[in-house]
Amino acid sequence: MHVPQVLKIKRIVEETPTVKTFYFPWEFKDEITGQFTTSAKFPTPGQFLMVWNFQDEKPMSISSIDPVNGEIGLSVKMVGPFTQSLHKLQENDQLGLRGPYGRGFVIAGSRVLAVGGGIGMAPVAGFTEEACSRGIEVDTITAATTQSEILFAERLEKAGSRVFPTTDDGSHGFCGFATELAEKLIKEGKYDMVVACGPEIMMKKLSLITQENQIPAQFSLERYMKCALGICGQCCVDDVGWRICVEGPVFWGDQLSLISEFGKYHRDASGIKNQF
Amino acid sequence: MLETEICQMKMRNPTVLAAGVLGSTSSSLNWVARSGAGAVVTKSFAVEPNKGYPNPTTVEVEGGIINAIGLSNPGVEVFKGELEKLEGNVPQIASVYGSTPEDFSMVASQVENLVDALELNVSCPHAMEGCGASIGQDPDLTRSIVKTVKSSVDTPVIAKLTPNVTDIVEIAQAAEQGGADALTLINSLGPGMRIDLETAHPILSNRFGGMSGPAIKPIALRCVYQVHQNVKIPIMGVGGITNYRDVVEFLYAGASCVQIGTAVMYHGLEVFREISTGLEKFMKEKNYQTVEEMVGLAHQQ
Repeated sequence: MHVPQVLKIKRIVEETPTVKTFYFPWEFKDEITGQFTTSAKFPTPGQFLMVWNFQDEKPMSISSIDPVNGEIGLSVKMVGPFTQSLHKLQENDQLGLRGPYGRGFVIAGSRVLAVGGGIGMAPVAGFTEEACSRGIEVDTITAATTQSEILFAERLEKAGSRVFPTTDDGSHGFCGFATELAEKLIKEGKYDMVVACGPEIMMKKLSLITQENQIPAQFSLERYMKCALGICGQCCVDDVGWRICVEGPVFWGDQLSLISEFGKYHRDASGIKNQF
Repeated sequence: MLETEICQMKMRNPTVLAAGVLGSTSSSLNWVARSGAGAVVTKSFAVEPNKGYPNPTTVEVEGGIINAIGLSNPGVEVFKGELEKLEGNVPQIASVYGSTPEDFSMVASQVENLVDALELNVSCPHAMEGCGASIGQDPDLTRSIVKTVKSSVDTPVIAKLTPNVTDIVEIAQAAEQGGADALTLINSLGPGMRIDLETAHPILSNRFGGMSGPAIKPIALRCVYQVHQNVKIPIMGVGGITNYRDVVEFLYAGASCVQIGTAVMYHGLEVFREISTGLEKFMKEKNYQTVEEMVGLAHQQ
């Protein structure tokens, strides 16, 4: 049932000055008995949840998926009133969660480059951990504006990934944009696949780089979302009409080339186009 | 075999995408058309852009969903641009709303040349004061809106009515008197609500929302049956249709074609093709040659 399940925050990790990860026990109340059960619908990397703070509801990527301990993590960057309200929450406070929704990343290949820009690292971290646990060699670029905003570097090294931090200001790791480092690594690296999430401009550039180098790539897109059930039409993209909440949020590069608005514009709550 | 016609619109099958589902852009409407729908209705739009209500705007309930999207749309000026990009391989119906007869006719006259028919949304159960069902519960206002729009456009006009009235026949007859070329029955039911057990919060930000999905089918079917007996204009049946058997019931009750909405959530966009395939098989088994000969059969029993 597509109804928010109100769950208590188990613990909160302060990742950076602007990003917190909220961990929840992933369990659902049975509709008939009201008893908690662990759902068979455990999320896969790249899927998202609708998060309800009892005022508003927004889609959020899942950054940590741990079926063994029955827990998931949502990483939230403070960017506006909604995420500010989330950042004020404490352990044992409640949030409503529904999902998981959408199509996540396909986990394949033997050498993969994973690229996350800013809070786009959330689904990329979920991917990297799962892929590493399956014995896939994953190089991860974690890109941020400055050193203090670098996300999940230690966590992903622990998972077995080679991690390449990059910062716009050069305060840590590679100095420059994630795409510059990605291009360099792709040329040296002989990757089977690239996965990416981050600012759309970054992904646009990366899609061109992967095309030029003929490497299959998957990208996680974001659009204004209302129902997440595939019927309101709010997140449909031009010209194909696909719904980000059902056909996405993750698309292969060749699918992406059919999404004409990719890298150009997105629509607001009323459906008016905003250029990137 | 499945071809049918309503308001001079020739349709390859009697399934139509209902207003409010997916139809916010030409891209999604074209995709629905390519997926097998016989015709498409846009999401409702008005003179000015509207953001609608904050989320949550939709929640599932038993037998369907309740929604209070709040008629979000970019306004007629922007929407015209979308209508211009429709591929036009199936008939296109623009759903328009407003709060006065003049609003309706202003929007309708701006887009009439871009579509095959206009559907007047006088029935949204969660629209702001002065719109939607608050109009469609008043026979005089319904008549006057239909009449005003009819006098300002040459394109066929369909009135979409709310079931949330004491006597839907009275409203249907008012729309017919106003000059409506057809009726769409019904819009979502209610409003209804759902409350979270842990926190006692109503889940929808608007608290109340319109109910759609299989649970409202019996009511929609009854409305179609009752109205069919009392008006001469054709009816598009809508409400909880998820498979071809539901379509057959609506045709028997007196609908000339059907609109499909919430079923897209359960079955994806393939639902239009699945329903058409099932309907064709049923018609062959029962030896029906045309959709028309099934319309209203329940009234002969």
